[in-house]
Amino acid sequence: MCLAIPAQVLSIDSATDQACVSLDGVRKDVSLALVEGVEVGDYVLVHVGYALNRISPEEAEETLRLMRTMSEFDPSPSDERPQPAQVEAPE
Amino acid sequence: MKFIDEYRDSALARNIASAIRTEVHPDRDYRLMEFCGGHTHAIFRYGVQDLMPENLRFVHGPGCPVCVLPMARIDQAIAIASQHRVTLCTYGDLMRVPASERQSLLKAKAEGADIRMVYSTQDALAIARAAPDHQVVFFAIGFETTTPPTAVALKTARAEGLSNFSVFCNHVLTPPALRAILNDSGQDAARIDGILGPSHVSTIIGSAAYAFVAREHGLPLVIAGFEPLDVMQSALMLVRQINQGRRDLENQYSRAVSPAGNTKAQALMRETLAPRETFEWRGLGWLPDSALRVADTYADWDAEQRFPVEVTPSREIKGCECPKVLRGLLEPTDCKLFGTVCSPENPMGACMVSSEGACAAYWSYGRSRQSNRATTASAA
Repeated sequence: MCLAIPAQVLSIDSATDQACVSLDGVRKDVSLALVEGVEVGDYVLVHVGYALNRISPEEAEETLRLMRTMSEFDPSPSDERPQPAQVEAPE
Repeated sequence: MKFIDEYRDSALARNIASAIRTEVHPDRDYRLMEFCGGHTHAIFRYGVQDLMPENLRFVHGPGCPVCVLPMARIDQAIAIASQHRVTLCTYGDLMRVPASERQSLLKAKAEGADIRMVYSTQDALAIARAAPDHQVVFFAIGFETTTPPTAVALKTARAEGLSNFSVFCNHVLTPPALRAILNDSGQDAARIDGILGPSHVSTIIGSAAYAFVAREHGLPLVIAGFEPLDVMQSALMLVRQINQGRRDLENQYSRAVSPAGNTKAQALMRETLAPRETFEWRGLGWLPDSALRVADTYADWDAEQRFPVEVTPSREIKGCECPKVLRGLLEPTDCKLFGTVCSPENPMGACMVSSEGACAAYWSYGRSRQSNRATTASAA
């Protein structure tokens, strides 16, 4: 039920706070009521007709890079390896 | 599709699986609870469990809003639609969920109630605008991912003075459900070594909302995306945490999730909705502060106040093990109804109706798998 799909913003109608997005070539109007600062060309997560969030291309690429490096065989003990991902300090 | 295909790369999946097999310690078990139904679906659809070593098991959690909604709330929605002659709009996920007396929204619709499936709260608002003399109720369900669109609908209805629109609110919150499972110290509590944290819920509420898991329960949690490589990378991150004795909150899904989440959506939710003192969850019982109702300042758009109904107490289907499946205590194949009288075509319980339910995932992708008894207490 929480499934959201990445879609690219093709155009924005500021008057209605809506964007036309491309979902793998299929065009659809979605509401921008939940996001700020979205621009044409951005990728957003679309869920039940709303853009929930912008997707960060930099973070997406970094995740893929980590996937490639994490899965390389590393004979050193795991506790001596650099941590693979951002660790957030609990509040 | 960009941001999807890259995270389904089979060669990379084999490499990550190989890393996991290399790094797990052979003398211990790793039991990782995937909270979300979206994770369950990915694990089965892409055969992720089959790529894991024998001593790493995924334990299925309660993260499926359709599955945890108690029958009584569906009974209430049907009663609102039939007793008050309103148009009831809801998402397609709910249409076939069993209610009392073998009823469902779909059957009630067939019997004459005006029940309509909508894609978005915007559609429900449009129906209300088009028929100003007719009452339209939006049957709202879902976790924090699906809640902000309901908040937008309430705010829009008030701004436009849409007096014929109201919301039957059943939105539930993920942290209290996770707390309930982690606080369950009963004899049959599922043993969990680490948690794959919610994916799209976290885009809204932020990863920091789960800091309590490490702080209060001493368990590692990794916010995980829904694609198969996301799930596998998160599993590897959890294995490393467990091996190193760390209990950290990590964010694998950083392309969409920040520590603070979507603050605009959170503000809309705070404005239009308020916490309920308690709410019933299928499988988890009554949990305090675990759900939302329409806020007092929006009471004119609250369907529960506008359309009070008499509902007799419901009884779950005898023999249905959904409650234990939702708590990670049983696998779907441990239920004697699974695959006999209960299937997606003829669901007895909600876990078989929703495509994200563990039973539906087993039916669609994993029926031939040997039942995994690792999640039962006897194996603990």
